[in-house]
Amino acid sequence: MYFDSFHAALVMDGHGAFVWAAYAITAMVLIILLLTPVLRSRRLRRELAGEIRRREMTQTGREGPHASST
Amino acid sequence: MAPGALAFCSRILRRQLVLALRRPVDIGNPLLFFAMVVALFPLGLGPAPAALAGFAPGILWIIALLANLLTADNLFRGDFEDGSLEQLLLSPQPLYLSVLAYTLAQWLVTGLLLALVSPLFAVMLGLSASAIPVLMFSLLLGSAVLSLVGGIGAALTVGLKRGGMLIALLILPFYMPVLIFGSAAVQAVAGGMDASAHLAILGAMLCFAIALAPLAIGAALRISIDA
Amino acid sequence: MWSFFHKLGSPPWLYRIAGSILSWLLPLTLVALAAGAVWGLLYTAPDFRQGNSYRIIYIHVPAAVVALAGYYVMAIAGGISLIWKMKMADVAMKSCAPVGAALTFIALVTGSIWGKPTWGTWWVWDARITSMLILLFLYLGVIALYEAYDNKDAAGKACAVLSLVGTVNIPIIYKSVDWWYSLHQPASIKFTGESSIDPSMLYPLLLMIGSFYALFTCALLMNMRLEILRREARTGWVRKLVGA
Repeated sequence: MYFDSFHAALVMDGHGAFVWAAYAITAMVLIILLLTPVLRSRRLRRELAGEIRRREMTQTGREGPHASST
Repeated sequence: MAPGALAFCSRILRRQLVLALRRPVDIGNPLLFFAMVVALFPLGLGPAPAALAGFAPGILWIIALLANLLTADNLFRGDFEDGSLEQLLLSPQPLYLSVLAYTLAQWLVTGLLLALVSPLFAVMLGLSASAIPVLMFSLLLGSAVLSLVGGIGAALTVGLKRGGMLIALLILPFYMPVLIFGSAAVQAVAGGMDASAHLAILGAMLCFAIALAPLAIGAALRISIDA
Repeated sequence: MWSFFHKLGSPPWLYRIAGSILSWLLPLTLVALAAGAVWGLLYTAPDFRQGNSYRIIYIHVPAAVVALAGYYVMAIAGGISLIWKMKMADVAMKSCAPVGAALTFIALVTGSIWGKPTWGTWWVWDARITSMLILLFLYLGVIALYEAYDNKDAAGKACAVLSLVGTVNIPIIYKSVDWWYSLHQPASIKFTGESSIDPSMLYPLLLMIGSFYALFTCALLMNMRLEILRREARTGWVRKLVGA
């Protein structure tokens, strides 16, 4: 490791705030970039599953009384 | 019997020009816009002649660019709405040349007129007299590039109801090289240097735009019509 | 060869293969990114001219390089979808835009933060920063155009044309901005390139550039999977996938 201590690594001769801020912002943007498709596809799959379940229920509900009447 | 490609293009050109001349207000609007925005700069920057003269090349070029941008949206809109654009795409004529005729007509009533009236505003902003011919010539070349590039944006957004703002976002990045070399040419002459290199690059951009922009406009028009 | 192209055009196959690539590439990318960042931040000597602030190079340069390359990936995918009418190329093109825009944004923000200790201001109209700003505008233009169309099929084609026009224009824009900057450049602010970079600084930089390329691929594949699901929502294989 180049720096003598953890504190020195944080300060970086006065440039620490800039360097760490740049890395923090980058990390944040990358996390958002990678999480967005995960969250969106999870929501989409949930919506699609719900849609399919509802359709199946209405179909069985329609078929049910019809089948019993015959 | 179908007319030849060139005869067809000259018909389009004449038709577009006649349509434009029937609404002289529409031709005057960009010029009026140009005049008004020129008046904004002394109000915003202060009336000091030396400062205004220093900024004049950039100011004049930016306003010409914005005036061109405002007219770009109308290039195909009327013909799209009354269906004649669809007829054009179905016709056996080469789309490349027809599209070129459209943009030429648009340039004649905006870019050419802007270049012709620009000396008036250049004098109002205190641009040195020696730079005025170069200003006009650079505007002539540059506004033709702007019309062609603007045509791409117009063709991409013609099918959209809210195209006005979008077209600016799409094509302004492509206007930037023209702005750089156009205003630099005027600045060079105002600073006592030779501007032929800048004008040559603007000319090269124009050749490039004439060669490629109609292809993109044609492809974009087909997409807009299909949508 | 042809069967490979046919498979590429098949949404379920692409969805599955993208998933299996992601399952090993994504962890690898994250580890490489973390390793490169720690290496650059803690285990390299500071630059003798810029001190420690140069450590931003390890994210700024990779983000800028990949952001620019991403535009070409987008344009090539757009061209393929226009010429061969390949739906999956259209999906790839659409998925490139947000990833590229995010990387361009990172390059701009880190460049601006780097400028503060180096030049004393947050923003300099330097040739590279200005070009990156224009690149961001180009990306945002593609996204705006895509969102403006209700017919997503036409949106993809229109964006493909726009990104191809952008590809032709990017070298012109870059050259003119470069020339414009050299014309107006004050002699005191001169930022020399990395021509004389020390190997000890170069290796972590190369690692980071590689990781950012991998990251671009991961984010692209994830967005593509989402887009495939969205477009194929009415098909049997998605129902089976969701129902299971």
